[in-house]
Amino acid sequence: MFKMTPQILRNLISGPATRAYPRQIRPPFPATRGRLVNDIAQCNFCGACAVKCPSVCIEVDRHLSRWSFAPHICVCCGVCVEICPRHCLRQEPATGPPAAQKEMVALDAKS
Amino acid sequence: MRTSVIPFGPQHPVLPEPLQLKLTVEDEVITEAVPALGYVHRGLEALAQNRDFHQMVQVTERVCGICSVLHAICYCQGLEDIMGITVPPRARYLRVIWGELLRLHSHLLWMGLFADSFGFESLFMQLWKIRERVLDIQEATTGNRVISGTIRVGGVSRDMDARQVHWIADQLTWVAHQVRQIEPVLREDFTIRRRTEGKGVLTSAQARELGAVGPVLRASGIAQDIRQTGYAAYGELDFEPVTATAGDCHARCMVRLGEIDQSIDLIHQALDRLPGGDIRSEVRGRPQGETLMRVEQPRGEVVYYIRADGGKTLSRVRIRTPTFANIPVLVKLLPGIFLSDVPVVVLSIDPCVSCLER
Ligand code: SF4
Ligand code: SF4
Repeated sequence: MFKMTPQILRNLISGPATRAYPRQIRPPFPATRGRLVNDIAQCNFCGACAVKCPSVCIEVDRHLSRWSFAPHICVCCGVCVEICPRHCLRQEPATGPPAAQKEMVALDAKS
Repeated sequence: MRTSVIPFGPQHPVLPEPLQLKLTVEDEVITEAVPALGYVHRGLEALAQNRDFHQMVQVTERVCGICSVLHAICYCQGLEDIMGITVPPRARYLRVIWGELLRLHSHLLWMGLFADSFGFESLFMQLWKIRERVLDIQEATTGNRVISGTIRVGGVSRDMDARQVHWIADQLTWVAHQVRQIEPVLREDFTIRRRTEGKGVLTSAQARELGAVGPVLRASGIAQDIRQTGYAAYGELDFEPVTATAGDCHARCMVRLGEIDQSIDLIHQALDRLPGGDIRSEVRGRPQGETLMRVEQPRGEVVYYIRADGGKTLSRVRIRTPTFANIPVLVKLLPGIFLSDVPVVVLSIDPCVSCLER
């Protein structure tokens, strides 16, 4: 009987188990795989990332020199980052902001 | 007496899984249970035909959110078997560490839901508070909270440094301490015992006959665990399958509780013995051949059949998930119990319907 009581008493004196978000935000771990960013100045539009991406969310147009990416389809697996020969892809440790509509990120070489 | 048919699910307050059971009841007692499946079929096996074999790793990880790493490990081991790739020892140990972290969080999740199934909300929250720390360890080491994305054909994609190894050991000590504090509640609490003991009893003969797997099988007294076959680095670590003899819902809970301790111990062992060296071998050429691979998941044994004809894509990937093997058990357990015990018995087999329907 009353096996939960000691736990309840411990919880009473140990303070809240949750954080007072948004006043208190847990910083992301450095290793967290969040939103994908491309340093487009380094990219040579080889298309390797587009071929290897398992969720097919990257499109590369060599003629227009355009790299486009659907962040809401990305599954944060990191395959593209590993494969990129120019090391211009990187995953930020935080996820992107919420959005009402699925956007498409398009980066051009000259912009 | 007149019988009536009560649909249980696919949306049910205690069962976060789209499983429907058509329960025929006489008064308050179940006389027949017919499962209706197919609400979340996603056709993941068919994706093997238009994703290459490296991309399929990410697809298999998504068969089940909770068993993600273990699905990927099973699939990659299958391909490594076909292609004759030797996985570096460090990668095998890292796979064990992530696989056991997954088992840890899956069992804590299940225990929380189990407590919720008989209305023990505070225990549910307490267990999920502990689970959150395990998810933090996963996020800090793999980069993702649940679906890790670190397993690759030929090894793993992320490494751990010495600082992280210490940190994980520290965090796990905290987890072990918290589990030890909550253990008497699960083991001896009056309400829990009244709601779970003697409910849904599966004898060892029935378990064998129906082909039960995982904790359901072990709670009926059969010490069988696919990890004993020594895949990944399990052959070099010391452990014994956790068993119980009663075969009821409480025994299944106790087996999983024992496996939490076992997982923590296995991770400590793996962290201590973590060898140095590479984490990934090179994969050359295309697979040709077929294989059958088995891995122990939190819910039991998963079986992958892979056939490759030397093309870029595989010609067949067939996945038999543990819940599939445990559904006949469930159909056998339900007749004869009270309607109010149905959630408890259904949850005691830890059904993962998304994984079952792939
Ligand atoms: S792999 Fe790298 S260099 Fe090639 S297109 Fe993608 S981002 Fe650009
Ligand atoms: S992280 Fe994975 S899913 Fe996202 S763009 Fe890169 S390869 Fe595609």
